[in-house]
Amino acid sequence: MLTTVYALLFYVAFAIFVGGIAYRIWEYWNTPKPAVIPTTPAPITYAGVAWRMLKEITVFESLWKGNKWIWIFAQLFHASLWLIIIRHLRYFLEPVPELVALAQPFGKYAGLTFVLGALGLLARRMFVSRVRYISAPSDYLMLVLFLGIGLSGLGMTFVAKPDIIGVKAFFLGLMVFNWQPLPASLPLMVHLGLVALWMIIFPFSKLLHAPGVFFSPTRNMRDVPREEYHPVPWLPPIDQVEYDPPHGK
Amino acid sequence: MSDLEKNAQDAVDELPPEAQEDPLYFDPEPKDGAAAHIKSFPAAPEFQEALGYPGERPENWKEVALNKMQELRGKFRSFRLFLDICVKCGSCTDKCHYYMGTSDPKNMPVARQDLLRSVYRRYFTLPGKWFPSLVGARELTEEVLDEWYTYYFQCSECRRCSVFCPYGIDTAEVTMAAREILDSVGYGMKYTNEIIGKVFKVGNNLGLPKPALESTLEDLEEEIEDDTGVKVRLPLDEPADILLVPPSADFFAEPHIDGLIGYAKVFHAAGVKWTISSYASEAANFAMFIGSYENMRRVALRIRKAAIDLGVKRIIIGECGHAWRAAYQFLNTLAGPFDFLDQNYPIPQHICEFTWDLIQQGKLRFDKSQNDHLTLTFHDSCNVARASRMGDYPGGQFDIPRNIIKAVCNNYHDMPEGTIREETLCCGGGGGLLTDDLMELRKKGGSPRMKALKHVTEEFGVNKMAAICAICKTQFSKIMPMFGYGMDDIMSVHQLVSNAIVLPGSIQEKELDGEGEEAADAAE
Ligand code: SF4
Ligand code: SF4
Ligand code: SF4
Repeated sequence: MLTTVYALLFYVAFAIFVGGIAYRIWEYWNTPKPAVIPTTPAPITYAGVAWRMLKEITVFESLWKGNKWIWIFAQLFHASLWLIIIRHLRYFLEPVPELVALAQPFGKYAGLTFVLGALGLLARRMFVSRVRYISAPSDYLMLVLFLGIGLSGLGMTFVAKPDIIGVKAFFLGLMVFNWQPLPASLPLMVHLGLVALWMIIFPFSKLLHAPGVFFSPTRNMRDVPREEYHPVPWLPPIDQVEYDPPHGK
Repeated sequence: MSDLEKNAQDAVDELPPEAQEDPLYFDPEPKDGAAAHIKSFPAAPEFQEALGYPGERPENWKEVALNKMQELRGKFRSFRLFLDICVKCGSCTDKCHYYMGTSDPKNMPVARQDLLRSVYRRYFTLPGKWFPSLVGARELTEEVLDEWYTYYFQCSECRRCSVFCPYGIDTAEVTMAAREILDSVGYGMKYTNEIIGKVFKVGNNLGLPKPALESTLEDLEEEIEDDTGVKVRLPLDEPADILLVPPSADFFAEPHIDGLIGYAKVFHAAGVKWTISSYASEAANFAMFIGSYENMRRVALRIRKAAIDLGVKRIIIGECGHAWRAAYQFLNTLAGPFDFLDQNYPIPQHICEFTWDLIQQGKLRFDKSQNDHLTLTFHDSCNVARASRMGDYPGGQFDIPRNIIKAVCNNYHDMPEGTIREETLCCGGGGGLLTDDLMELRKKGGSPRMKALKHVTEEFGVNKMAAICAICKTQFSKIMPMFGYGMDDIMSVHQLVSNAIVLPGSIQEKELDGEGEEAADAAE
């Protein structure tokens, strides 16, 4: 029963997650960028744009300029998240690749910094009046969701270890449609349930910032409006335009 | 002092002491509704209709507005994406000069976006349809529409917020879309829309017809001849190699007009054939402010037609911030390709690029001592800083105007870090807000810049600020007296050039060369 529920849950969540994000990307991709509007000074070459983007997604360059506290918590949060994701690959890959094995010891503690980062962001949201003003209930709940995932995960890492082999068998089985029993453990059920929820809301929420940042015209465009002709796709071509008539003397 | 100005004065006097000092000061406690009473006059029906918008609010306005929103989502990736991906991190919340100046939380960039995002969520996203209060979604009502009008006309589209946003979310894009939606239901702004109508009718924002331009330019020619003894022409509608498109304020406003004199002297010294066009006698493009590409294009096409009719090879734009953005980012896009112009020069080119090229080639002679009574700083106009470039490398837009100033003046100091270059503070009057009905907002929004100026006045004795934006210049000449400066403490960059330039055959040249030693000093 438990296995069936979670297996179906994960199929649905995964489908929504992948399908939803793909749909959004398709949407963004197909919406025109009618003018060249990078926030300047902006790079002129593709390599320059790649460098700007890389800085934006690794060291959060703009956020660094904007606010050091948010930057610290956001870095803690996201860097930890990466480590955690890499570490979790071990549940889906057999044999476990070397990189993933290497990340294992760091990944364990990344759970702590992840929670710390989320708490920092939550504290700002609650105690800085400007940020409180712009926060909707969903903004708090999103952090609570992350805290739930992080704390239940930490609980299993450091307190009540579930049957890891069984968990791995469950996921490997899911991937080949050969279901294996999910070990019964409360923290595990909470953890997996919240992760599934996270996957489901991803394509409908601000979590879209992750794929979205790559599409941001103010960051991903080269500053070449004079050098290259970039017509507005939904305006009539220049040979079909009408000019205002000259006016009287 | 008018009532509006007095209100503005009182509001600034009430600030705590630290707020009087720190240019980037903001109130840690936002004051809800503090700027809710500041509302510009809406446009009369005739002005709406001239731009192709309904004059009155239609019966089914809600449907029209939502359809417009849907349409814009399909036309602008920026708009669609920005509504989705803001994480409410708060990085932009203290970056808007209107928030710093008014403490009204709806002037925080993200909150300004949220005025529209909340409605977008309600009608266009599943969570907003199913759980509106959970995700901060709300119905579109008359009150919401009024709120949009109020606060989307408290944004100068300066893009300062976009510098600090981890996703580059540019509130200006949202403001433009919001104004387009408002226009689509007959709720336009008087100042911007009346002006665009004047361009369509007469060719420029000020509604100056050809005879008025002719006599102004003749007067200027006489004035220059009196000053220098040289006959410098300011041609109108003559066949030429270069079409100069200045903001129309350059024809009559102070200190703009001194800038125009400066351009004319530079063209003269360069020995090029240039002209102004009465048909395209306006570089400004207020249609950009209301986010209407159709109207923006109609304005931009005038420049194309003038260039074709006059048979020019190059287009040069005068000193104006948003006009330079409209030219740099939009002219080619909307009215291009300009394959009939000389491809060896940037299309369009900024007057500062032109002047700086000549200076580098050693073609201009200056007597810097003519500006010795001035100690200058430079206000980076935000549209130039964050939405354009000059020269061939990123950031040229910061260096070239400064290089020119330093080439013609001996005393120059920058304002504090964080208030210049890409982080420059708006003058407070940009984005179509340069109207008397918004005087209180203009003063409050301009106060961070004024405080930054005070710093360099106290530290280095800076007594003049130069700018290359017609709106900045008008705005500063209006608000500087409210902050203890004179209305003529704002100057055009080409006014400084004009002061120092030594034209061949001029009185200045004779004076200089007559006294050998001084000439050698001045030439270094
Ligand atoms: S900085 Fe960007 S992501 Fe953060 S709150 Fe402002 S607009 Fe949203
Ligand atoms: S574009 Fe400028 S005026 Fe508008 S919200 Fe951003 S910082 Fe404020
Ligand atoms: S008026 Fe000047 S400072 Fe203000 S928005 Fe325009 S360019 Fe920027």
